[in-house]
Amino acid sequence: MIARGVGREPRFVQVAWASIEQSVERGDFEVGMSGLEDRPELRARHSVSIPYYEFHEVLAVRPADRGRFKRLDDLAGRRVATLGATMAYTMLVEAQGRIGVVPVSYDDDVHPYSDLVAGRVDAVLLDNIIAERSLRRMGGSGFVIQPEPAATGHYVAVFSKANAALRDSANEVLRARMRDGSLEQTFRRWGVWSDAQGQYFQRVLAAAPERAVDRAATVPGAGRATLATYLPALLRAAGITLILSCLAMALAVAVGIGVAAGRVYGHPFVRALLTVYVEVMRGTPVLLQLFVIYYGLSGVVRLPAFAAAVLGLGLNYAAYESEIYRAALLAIPRSQLEAGRTLGLSEGQILRLVRGPQALRIALAPMTNDFVALLKDSSLVSVITVVELTKQTAIYATNVGSWVLPGILCSALYLLFSLPLSRFARRLEQRWSAA
Amino acid sequence: MSGGLNVTDLRVVRGPRVILRDVDLRVAPGEICALMGASGSGKSTVLRSIAALQPFDGGTIDAGGFALQPGPVPRESRLKGLRSRVGMVFQAHSLFEHLSALDNVMLAPVHALGWTRAKAREVAQALLAELGVAHRAAAFPRELSGGEAQRVAIARALAPNPMLLLMDEPTSALDPARRGALGDTLGELAKKGGRGLLISTHDVDFARNSCDRVVILSEGVLVEEGPAAEVLARPKHPATRELLQHRDAPA
Repeated sequence: MIARGVGREPRFVQVAWASIEQSVERGDFEVGMSGLEDRPELRARHSVSIPYYEFHEVLAVRPADRGRFKRLDDLAGRRVATLGATMAYTMLVEAQGRIGVVPVSYDDDVHPYSDLVAGRVDAVLLDNIIAERSLRRMGGSGFVIQPEPAATGHYVAVFSKANAALRDSANEVLRARMRDGSLEQTFRRWGVWSDAQGQYFQRVLAAAPERAVDRAATVPGAGRATLATYLPALLRAAGITLILSCLAMALAVAVGIGVAAGRVYGHPFVRALLTVYVEVMRGTPVLLQLFVIYYGLSGVVRLPAFAAAVLGLGLNYAAYESEIYRAALLAIPRSQLEAGRTLGLSEGQILRLVRGPQALRIALAPMTNDFVALLKDSSLVSVITVVELTKQTAIYATNVGSWVLPGILCSALYLLFSLPLSRFARRLEQRWSAA
Repeated sequence: MSGGLNVTDLRVVRGPRVILRDVDLRVAPGEICALMGASGSGKSTVLRSIAALQPFDGGTIDAGGFALQPGPVPRESRLKGLRSRVGMVFQAHSLFEHLSALDNVMLAPVHALGWTRAKAREVAQALLAELGVAHRAAAFPRELSGGEAQRVAIARALAPNPMLLLMDEPTSALDPARRGALGDTLGELAKKGGRGLLISTHDVDFARNSCDRVVILSEGVLVEEGPAAEVLARPKHPATRELLQHRDAPA
């Protein structure tokens, strides 16, 4: 509609929703649209169209909770889902500081509602359009939408800062389509029209162009995207990354040792079974494994996101660890094992006192590499709602509209974890090789 | 506990190949017996069968009073009697690389025999001293010379006080002077403790100077045996003569 109005040929370019603003600024395309929320930072950094749609942040809760969770303030200490890097997420972070709401961030708008129905979260705070569409998808049951909006916002189209001329042309087109009713027809066709939307159009058209353009939603917690605001959240996320990685590595080492020992010492049937485990874990993406553990198994066992993340990463890395340990065990000369036997040591003692300690020295360097890789791979768990360092950085970057400072901070934190580790491993290796 | 070895009709078959054919072998307490033969003649197979590191297919083995039967190697838990009677020193010494010389010697007494660390340390230090390597107790295997490592390996095998000691090519890494010294040491070990020593070797001079008796193997068959001085001075079998002709060839 806009392209036709300015006499251009539209071409669809797909990017991640959270990257639309950055992509339009770097020139990947000229107009960014897809439920982009009007907010002061957006206007400060980009050219922004007049708001073309008014939406409400609404709470969705399970039917049984209809009476007790009416407002965000009723959800103290409860888990509330939303999309990351949205106005709703900012509201939840604000409510977290104020009353202890626990924000749970998702990358898509389907799983917040399925997790609400499954009982993993207590409410979902999202745009009414998304909530209503999810309710229709579920056949109108499973959850209810609270009638009282938590906040009101507007969708806008975004252009690069330098492209204000195209923005002005687009604004003319939008106003004309509001006036002639074709935008209403489009919204009706999509099933997102209401009388309130008609009144909103009237207000936009009646307002002087400058005022309409200058108006941006003000919601609690919005407009504070400074380093001081995000540093505590980044440090907390860094802590989550570190704890998650340590626990996953501990699991990977324990399971890896078991698998390696089973493949070296086990019955042929056990060996075959463990080989299948290793090949499946190494041959399929860890992202897929995380989805399967968190969402796929939710009918059988409903794991908390953090536990699923530890389990997913741990079991995946266990396959790699086991191969390192197996190779290290096999590298110990057979004559040493036989010497152990002739000295009267049992197989278990030979493994514990002779083979294992020497294999550990061989395995140390690749293990360190794996732990550093795991630290970085832990960023994948954001797909199952764990807000770790990279995810928190992405939220920060989206809200400040730049990756420079967030990127530097995030890299510094990762290096802070991985460099001392590599140093420690090198020193240990030197000590052992001197021994 | 007897320090003797009695092997009767030992037979080892691998697929179509007969590795050992009805080998009879005896080592008396206090005796040093050299097991000689060309490479591939079956010397190592004899030692490994006696040490229950591989199965054998026929005959019987009585090692220091512990009887082994043909068939698969028994589980280690059933070999405790054998392990306490028979020690073995491997060709490439096979010391545990992550442990010091002293810890190598202490390992079996502490973990297999359940001695206190203090007692094991005392015995280990005495053995290292007896073998002339007490000053290397704290050294790791990679820091030892070939001769020192060999001596530490002997000390390790002797720590549980076995009555029969098997040695696979103990002189292969040693220069002539050290071979002589090793021979003296082994002689003392045999005489003083009443131990039987069965030593596989290519080394004719070592066998002649340090061993009481020699047994000659050729293609898995025992072809000649007798007092070392006699057999090596007047060889009867062509295999023995060939062995003597190649005495200078590297092992």
